[in-house]
Amino acid sequence: MTDFVKPTIDYFELFPLLVVFGAACLGVVVEAFAPRAVRYGAQVLLSLGGLAAATVSVVLIARDSEVYADGAARGILAVGGTIAVDGPTLFLWGLILVLSVAGVLLFAERHLDGGVSAFSGQAAALPGSEAEREASTRGLDHTEVYPLLMFAVFGMLLFPAANDLLTMFVALEILSLPLYLLCGLARRRRLLSQEAALKYFLLGAFSSGFFLYGAALVYGYAGSMDFADINESVRNDAGNSALLLIGMGLLTVGLLFKVGAAPFQAWTPDVYQGAPTPVTAFMSAGTKVAAFGALMRLFYVAFGADRWSWQPMLWVIAILSMLLGAIVAITQSDVKRMLAYSSVAHTGFILTGVLGVQATGDLAVGEVSSLQSVLFYLATYGLVVLGAFAVVSLVRDSGGEVTSLDRWAGLGKESPVVAGVFAFFLLAMAGIPLTSGFVGKIAVFSVALAAGAWPVVVVGILASIIAAFFYIRVIKAMYFDEPVGDGPSVVYPSVLTATAIAFAVAATLMLGVLPGPLLDLAGLAGQFLR
Amino acid sequence: MTLDAILLASSEAASEIPVVHPVAAEGVFTWLWLIIALPLAGAAVLLLGGAVAKGALDKVGHWIGTASAAGSFVLSLILFIALLGRGEEERQIGQHLFTWFQVGGLDVGMDLLYDPLSALFLLLITGVGSLIHVYSIGYMEHDDRRRRFFGYLNLFVAAMLVLVLGANYLVVFLGWEGVGLASYLLIGFWQHKHSAAAAAKKAFVINRVGDIGLSLAIALMFTTFGTTDFAAISEQASGASQATLNALGLLLLLGACGKSAQVPLQAWLLDAMEGPTPVSALIHAATMVTAGVYLVVRSNFIYELTPVAQTVVVIVATVTLLWGAILGCAKDDIKKALAGSTMSQIGYMMLAAGLGVAGYPFAIFHLLTHGFFKANMFLGAGSVMHGMNDDVDMRHYGGLRNYMPVTFLTFAMGYLAIIGFPGFSGFFSKDKIIETALAENWIIGLCALLGAGITGFYMTRLMLMTFFGDTSRWDKDAHPHESPHVMTVPLIVLAALSVLGGVLLLGDFVVEFLAPVTGVAEHHEPPLPAIVITLMVVAVVAIGVAAAWFLVGKREIPRVAPTEVSFATRAARADLYGDAINEGVVVAPGRALVSGLTSFDRVGVDGVVEGGSLGVGAVSGALRRVQNGFVRSYALSLLGGALLVVLALLAVNLA
Repeated sequence: MTDFVKPTIDYFELFPLLVVFGAACLGVVVEAFAPRAVRYGAQVLLSLGGLAAATVSVVLIARDSEVYADGAARGILAVGGTIAVDGPTLFLWGLILVLSVAGVLLFAERHLDGGVSAFSGQAAALPGSEAEREASTRGLDHTEVYPLLMFAVFGMLLFPAANDLLTMFVALEILSLPLYLLCGLARRRRLLSQEAALKYFLLGAFSSGFFLYGAALVYGYAGSMDFADINESVRNDAGNSALLLIGMGLLTVGLLFKVGAAPFQAWTPDVYQGAPTPVTAFMSAGTKVAAFGALMRLFYVAFGADRWSWQPMLWVIAILSMLLGAIVAITQSDVKRMLAYSSVAHTGFILTGVLGVQATGDLAVGEVSSLQSVLFYLATYGLVVLGAFAVVSLVRDSGGEVTSLDRWAGLGKESPVVAGVFAFFLLAMAGIPLTSGFVGKIAVFSVALAAGAWPVVVVGILASIIAAFFYIRVIKAMYFDEPVGDGPSVVYPSVLTATAIAFAVAATLMLGVLPGPLLDLAGLAGQFLR
Repeated sequence: MTLDAILLASSEAASEIPVVHPVAAEGVFTWLWLIIALPLAGAAVLLLGGAVAKGALDKVGHWIGTASAAGSFVLSLILFIALLGRGEEERQIGQHLFTWFQVGGLDVGMDLLYDPLSALFLLLITGVGSLIHVYSIGYMEHDDRRRRFFGYLNLFVAAMLVLVLGANYLVVFLGWEGVGLASYLLIGFWQHKHSAAAAAKKAFVINRVGDIGLSLAIALMFTTFGTTDFAAISEQASGASQATLNALGLLLLLGACGKSAQVPLQAWLLDAMEGPTPVSALIHAATMVTAGVYLVVRSNFIYELTPVAQTVVVIVATVTLLWGAILGCAKDDIKKALAGSTMSQIGYMMLAAGLGVAGYPFAIFHLLTHGFFKANMFLGAGSVMHGMNDDVDMRHYGGLRNYMPVTFLTFAMGYLAIIGFPGFSGFFSKDKIIETALAENWIIGLCALLGAGITGFYMTRLMLMTFFGDTSRWDKDAHPHESPHVMTVPLIVLAALSVLGGVLLLGDFVVEFLAPVTGVAEHHEPPLPAIVITLMVVAVVAIGVAAAWFLVGKREIPRVAPTEVSFATRAARADLYGDAINEGVVVAPGRALVSGLTSFDRVGVDGVVEGGSLGVGAVSGALRRVQNGFVRSYALSLLGGALLVVLALLAVNLA
């Protein structure tokens, strides 16, 4: 038996993870010991402080990270090679932290619903019961959502950095469990919310099972959980390749479930609709970013030598996601469900970028690498979708948010600014020039074309056209249709939500007009460290 | 013969096409940008300041506008004198203001180029422009939008200065579009008149056609040379293929035709007379319409290499100079008669520009003298209208020489200059063009000679109908009077310039001054001695004048234009059917094409789109039903998906 070697911990490089985790744990302590009156303020400050500290340290790490392999990759493998703090990781960390800050701002919004947050007063009380009414009259709030959010952020940060299958699985669970819980905490329409949470949990657990089984099979093939070792085995073609392929497939299922690709998208509309809108906003942006980071690390690092075997499978998934997302979105009558299907379509677009992978040597000078295009797309999409859901939370009537598209008719007359901002986000999702979505689509399509995946690109363009139809239909409804009956009113948010939305608008416009700096930054991230 | 002669001329000159190589601005030349900035600031103050201090600006606005133009003129004069003090090789001065934009390989700077050619233009634009500003103070006195008018005038002057100072084609294009905009605003200044609004629109649309030519030329330059700088292109032009050069020359000509109202884009100029008269003088006589000539002369490094385009320039110019002259004979509207004459005179300039190195200096020379005498006559016409209750019909004038002595005398100076009376400025400039044309090609030369005769005819007709004869044709309530000093002083100055403009040719000054830009011409012996040609020109003009005397002066002029006239007169009155040609050749087929496309769009495209969307909608509805809300179904679909993924992997790899 070999001696146990204590792994060295690279505290500096892991600081963002540690500080977020620490803030989450502190949040639990605050919840246990601080009086109710100060909890809200303390939790918000703690979360924002933790995220800010993590963001600063990401910048510092990025500045100091060592460069390897002629500038192709940078960073280090920490904790005995289980966590890779490399260029792409740092880019995604930065992005996730920015999205999380916006998420905290949305969580902390208490202006929209008469002084209470969007979360249930007392989650344990049965819907419609006396206890619920009492909690609501006392103006109770679940401030536990902030530690939960921070735990989810910790999982999201760990997910794309995980450099072996076990760490990846642990990260997947850390990221998912708080989200299952958050989904069930809506203040309004609680039954719908709880149903969504339960569905998400059941299906998520099911897909985790696939992932775990896949991990076991791949271990059986390679004799190691470590991505570098798996890569070595794949390269040497050692072992039973059926074992590898089935394992690879099952791992893929787990990850594709998280990003919401077809045919694993079934949970998205129900969960997006049922979850409290701030949670939907945070989750739809953050989970997608983290899961795509993990997906790319798994495929590029562990299975990179075998890309001919998985690329066709991703072709099929990408085409299915784009078409299904775009087509089904057309007949949706609920704005959150429509955005959910649109997110499925966008998953397809991002996958188009993922499968555009090619050896670095094949890239001409100035050509965008596949990783670069996906990172850019994730940044643009994350901000747009977060902003769009944030706007959805502003359109309300006495019963809470109004998500039925029929009742959004004529919103442009009620509030030209809010309708205009939403229209801008929709145009960005549709990929209209001068928005970030256009540049993102161009980037992923061009890398896919360079890799010869033109059928996927053709379908992608077709799906973009179909998608543009339903985005523009909403714009038409807001601006050109007469309001039906008592239309919803737009509640003007506090500075928290307003900041999040303004930031998303500014970034979307900026990245549409001047995409250069961020594209360069994504390019600077380089390749995954093996 | 035509082509051969010009081919020969250009091949000889090709070896010595001057290259644009500006030296950096220093000393007084660093103030170059201020020449543009002054009127631009004036326009900004007058147009935007109205929101802040409307009352005060309405009182002093016209003085601000005039002062900014005059300031520009003083600066131009200082720079001109400084330029004269420099050696010939240092007479091209460049000033880099800032990087305008940088896209990919295209790096465009806001660069100015001050050389003898732009120096002369600066003097003309700011000098004549200032006089017209002064004149407008009186002319627009009773217009309650006078501040805005001066704002537009300043805007125009600034844009025109950008046009002639730009050191690359994109800056020129900026000015080009700027003068188009200002011209649109000024033609339609009295927009309450339907005809003025329509004329502004027509000018705008026709100019767009020309602008397509210029913008395509710029695009082609970028793809060919990778730059739009005069300096770089003049160096590399000889390296481009003949086809590219031909295309460049023709596209630039298309642009020039639009701005300078050359056939076939001439139709807007006569309608543009709907604008206030100072506008006609400034824009449609002295400056903007000559931009086409400037463009051709400025692009000499391209035209010298493309005999084909040069030949087309000469043909277009010759047709236009006759076309405009014929229109001038038949118009009863005094401003339209002058506009026809303007077209014809620009034709002369274009002709000279198309003749190559030998012609360039004379094109510019005629452009300057024409700027003086035509502005003079337009302002004179304005003065006449001012006294005649804004009536423009010459058939309602007569015998005005006794009532408006200053206007009459100054107008007479312009008249003598334009017909080329010996000693007056137009005599020298037109004579030189006809001489050069005859030396290059006798057919073109004879056409130019004929044009000179027709010029003598229509200008004499105009003089006779307006200032001579008796007063019986006046309107009942007409009380003609001399205009105020603020209007007559500019007239006197311009009249003096019309008389004396010819001194520019003393000792071949213009030719030698422009040599660094245009190059030095091989001397061609004209087929006849120069003195014989001059005598011929004078004789032909005398015939034209005499014909007018016998046909117009000796007869009774009917107060209403007779309708029983020959076909030729009818055609000329209808602008030689220019509008009908446009209608038949462009508008009607265009309309047919549009209606065809619309119906195709309705039936074909909409059919496909609507059918497609119906289909997609149906699929969407069916797929939606799969989303039934049951977790067990979702889990099943997840399992199905997993099978799909695994099977896809296995199928690809193990098949």
